[in-house]
Amino acid sequence: MLILECPYCGVKAEETELSPGYEAHLKRYGPGSTPEEFEAYMFARKNPKGVHFERWRHAYGCGKWFLAARCTATLEVFGTYPAQSSAPPADLQAKIKAKRPNWEGYK
Amino acid sequence: MKRYSVFAIAKQAMNYHLGWERAWAAPEPKKHYDVIVVGAGGHGLATAYYLGKNHGIKNVAIIEKGWLGGGNTGRNTTIIRSNYLQDPSSAIYDKALQLYENLSQDLNYNVMFSPRGLLMLAQTHHEVRGYLRTVHANMLQGVQTEYISPAKVKELVPIINNDGPRYPILGALYQPRGGTGRHDAVAWGYARACSAMGMDIIQQTEVTAVRSEGGVVKGVETSKGFIGCNKLGVVVAGHSGQLAEMAGFRLPIEAVALQALVSEPIKPCMDVVVMANTVHGYMSQSDKGEMVIGGGTDGFNNFTQRGSFHHIEETLRALVETFPMISRLKMLRQWGGIVDMTGDRSPIISKTPLGNCFFNCGWGTGGFKAIPGSGWAMAELMAKGEPGPLAEEFSMWRFKEGKFIDESVAAGVAH
Repeated sequence: MLILECPYCGVKAEETELSPGYEAHLKRYGPGSTPEEFEAYMFARKNPKGVHFERWRHAYGCGKWFLAARCTATLEVFGTYPAQSSAPPADLQAKIKAKRPNWEGYK
Repeated sequence: MKRYSVFAIAKQAMNYHLGWERAWAAPEPKKHYDVIVVGAGGHGLATAYYLGKNHGIKNVAIIEKGWLGGGNTGRNTTIIRSNYLQDPSSAIYDKALQLYENLSQDLNYNVMFSPRGLLMLAQTHHEVRGYLRTVHANMLQGVQTEYISPAKVKELVPIINNDGPRYPILGALYQPRGGTGRHDAVAWGYARACSAMGMDIIQQTEVTAVRSEGGVVKGVETSKGFIGCNKLGVVVAGHSGQLAEMAGFRLPIEAVALQALVSEPIKPCMDVVVMANTVHGYMSQSDKGEMVIGGGTDGFNNFTQRGSFHHIEETLRALVETFPMISRLKMLRQWGGIVDMTGDRSPIISKTPLGNCFFNCGWGTGGFKAIPGSGWAMAELMAKGEPGPLAEEFSMWRFKEGKFIDESVAAGVAH
């Protein structure tokens, strides 16, 4: 059972209370962009076996979107942080690096 | 390879069954092959088999990280059908179904194909319209399906509860030619036939890197050293993204867990396959008497081969309402597989940015039914270097071009 702590309301929510939103920190493209950019944005998502950053919504709670760092190979959760972030917080990245020395870092 | 036959059984019976030979060899890898196929699941083995059978390419290695058929080939609910909406889908799935019909004879290996008929229940008016559209599309495609009434559903499936209360059965899409097969036997049968053609099936060997020169593949680094090849076919389902990264590009694929479970064995009670896509569950009865049940996928990337518990509850809750008699059944086993989902829920059988490197992936939650057709199309692509009519629509570049084969709407979740 996946349990994520909502960074807004502080509730430790299990996954039936949450809606998944897939890859975090997507660069969005609008009208006038190339097919390659649209493909990268809409379909060619990151799919790492290991550290992954995702969007989640506390759907049956406070309703807010937030972001989470999780390992897709073990289901370990490293932490959650507010959706108003353009990159994972430095302390969270350091925590992941300590647990996963081979992690190449956020790209 | 000694042929399996009634005479072989009689002969072995005289000999306490001590004379059966191993079904396939366990060779050490050679330095170089014409073709390397990564992944000895159903699709990979079928690719190798049709490379040899249809195109005469027999200097082939099939490299497998774990054991043969131990991934999604051994984890699915064994459903075979071809009632798809879009023309490219029904073409390849119906090719697969036609090959399944003669596969036991073709491979001289009993894959226990059982065309017992398959129902997809319509439980909302939206679904009724959707399935009527599919039936009409199937007529144009030459795939025999029909839309049947609730009374006919009850006749075919006496244990079903037609009346709801939440989702009464309004009708069903019926494909009499659909059914089930023995999933392990499909992998084993292809493996035995490949081995008999002189192909090397190399198990317990992980591919760790793809080596290329001037944009053309040269071979793969493995846990048993470098193995060279002229052409590389990657058929690894859930780990396609990782292999693509090794080959230097990104695929429009995400890996998620899909679960299935089986009950304790009971006496024969249902001789068709029933899929209920609105309430999200599907069920058939195995030859051993177990009720084989499939459910939904998780909504997040996952490589652990185990899914979320609440999906089991949702699936069983839905099926208990549809089949009240299973409410006291104990569930024996539950497991998960890692499925490779594309944006339009259709597969990729394609050339790639790397020369002489081909990918067959993205079968998502419905790959088992496609194994023979997928292998047929992939072998044609690898042998000729260009896709044949079955594979040409399934290019990995369709997501950039917007030429989707949209089965996520057509087939719903239980794909």
